[in-house]
Amino acid sequence: MQITVDLNTCESHGSCVFAAPEVFSFDDDDHLQYEAEPDDGLRAVAEKAAASCPVRAITVVPAS
Amino acid sequence: MSAAVSPRQVVIVGASLAGLRAATALREAGFTGRLTIVGAERHAPYDRPPLSKQFLTADVPADTALPVPDGLRARWLLGRAAVRLDPYRRVITLADGMRLPYCGLVIATGAAARSGVVDGEPGPEQGVFTLRGRDDAAALRAALTPGRRLLVLGAGFLGGEVAAAGRALGLDVTLVESGAVPLERAVGAEVGAFVGTLHREKGIDLRTGTTVTEFGTGPDGRLKGVRLADDQLLAVDVAVLALGAAPATGWLAGSGIEAVGGVPTDSRLRALFPDGTTVPGVVAAGDAARVPQPLADGAAPALGHWAGAAEQGAAAARTLLLGDAAPAFAEVPSFWSDFHGVRLRSVGLPGLADTVKVHECDRGARRVEASYHLDGRLIGALTIGRTSRLAAYRRTLAEYTPR
Ligand SMILES: Cc1cc2nc3c(=O)[nH]c(=O)nc-3n(C[C@H](O)[C@H](O)[C@H](O)COP(=O)(O)OP(=O)(O)OC[C@H]3O[C@@H](n4cnc5c(N)ncnc54)[C@H](O)[C@@H]3O)c2cc1C
Ligand code: SF4
Repeated sequence: MQITVDLNTCESHGSCVFAAPEVFSFDDDDHLQYEAEPDDGLRAVAEKAAASCPVRAITVVPAS
Repeated sequence: MSAAVSPRQVVIVGASLAGLRAATALREAGFTGRLTIVGAERHAPYDRPPLSKQFLTADVPADTALPVPDGLRARWLLGRAAVRLDPYRRVITLADGMRLPYCGLVIATGAAARSGVVDGEPGPEQGVFTLRGRDDAAALRAALTPGRRLLVLGAGFLGGEVAAAGRALGLDVTLVESGAVPLERAVGAEVGAFVGTLHREKGIDLRTGTTVTEFGTGPDGRLKGVRLADDQLLAVDVAVLALGAAPATGWLAGSGIEAVGGVPTDSRLRALFPDGTTVPGVVAAGDAARVPQPLADGAAPALGHWAGAAEQGAAAARTLLLGDAAPAFAEVPSFWSDFHGVRLRSVGLPGLADTVKVHECDRGARRVEASYHLDGRLIGALTIGRTSRLAAYRRTLAEYTPR
């Protein structure tokens, strides 16, 4: 699974961090960090994170 | 409604965030029946939070359209309001007389801005606005021209954002609030005072402990000024009433559902009759609904938050398909607001707290971290400029909410 976050769109809402802390986190200055190729077992939470992002900055592409 | 009899015909009333999420979730969960989405506005679904933020200040109005997924296969009835619900015959009537039968119904009609501060209040044509929809925002945006004086009544989240947008556009702004500080009930006195300081630092004339008692118009009928409760007169050209919103449930009158402060639901978002029984085939979500909050021991406050509307829309759809097998709704509420270049973010229910602990309140760095407690237990948390701190609070709050 491949995750991309459009960091030009991201407004540091943090909803993705709430939905999938295994994948997304913040540094102390509220800058987003994330795992670009997380384990496929995290697919459901990653998709939940993408749906929870108010500015729709997250794309999840399942492993083919 | 307990058995999961697959509905063949689902109607969603309310074509906005909660309604669109319900539609999306229905199809994702394999619903293949007929799906009809009714919306009182002519617009396809759009997002409201930018309307009091970027939409007002950007050179080109922010694009607020919510993406409609491919394959939704819905019949859209836009610009057509529902006016009546007969839950026994399972029929909705639209304003133009059309009758829509349903097996499953999602009530997602949101809320409408409150107005009516004084009798005979002027309206948008005279320069007195409320802000809920895209058309309101477009009219307000056109009225916020340089050199005009803006008055915002109500220093809650919406009022604070509109006042900040007015300042960013270079207008003279007066913000009138009846409480002692902005947002006192929502976030407590100390954080409220911090927000008040931010407004004043940006040159907003914040007047607390007072209200507007009269709107004065000129010979051309346009707003000229207002009188405040202390008899002061202010010359203003544009006013925005930011007094909160009331659930848009008037169309349910006569249905037997008593929607006081929103449609009451059970923990699976099924609409309830006053005797506590569920309305067959009917779920409710978003600002129109009052959903029990595990954090508040099942009390059901009206919240009016973006994330709640999105999550409840999806959850309500699952209930229509799964009945009792659907999980109870237990998301931790979360909310954000942006003004003067800062983001305020909260989780849980800070407004219900009896004790506020302020862990950081740094004016120079514009950072706040506060936790909210009820009977000694964490019930919410709030940050400004420190969203990174919220995830830990949210985890703790999620532990109180059984799944
Ligand atoms: C200006 C503004 C800024 C906001 N900013 C934030 C923010 O920063 N953060 C945050 O968390 N939340 C914010 N919110 C709140 C958030 O937008 C709402 O919680 C969310 O829109 C609720 O979604 P909903 O689908 O339940 O209702 P709504 O978005 O209100 O949609 C309801 C829809 O139903 C339609 N409708 C009403 N009655 C009928 C009828 N009888 N028949 C057919 N259709 C009908 C309405 O026209 C409307 O389109 C903001 C709201 C506003 C207005
Ligand atoms: S939810 Fe969206 S905007 Fe917020 S931090 Fe994550 S990617 Fe960025």
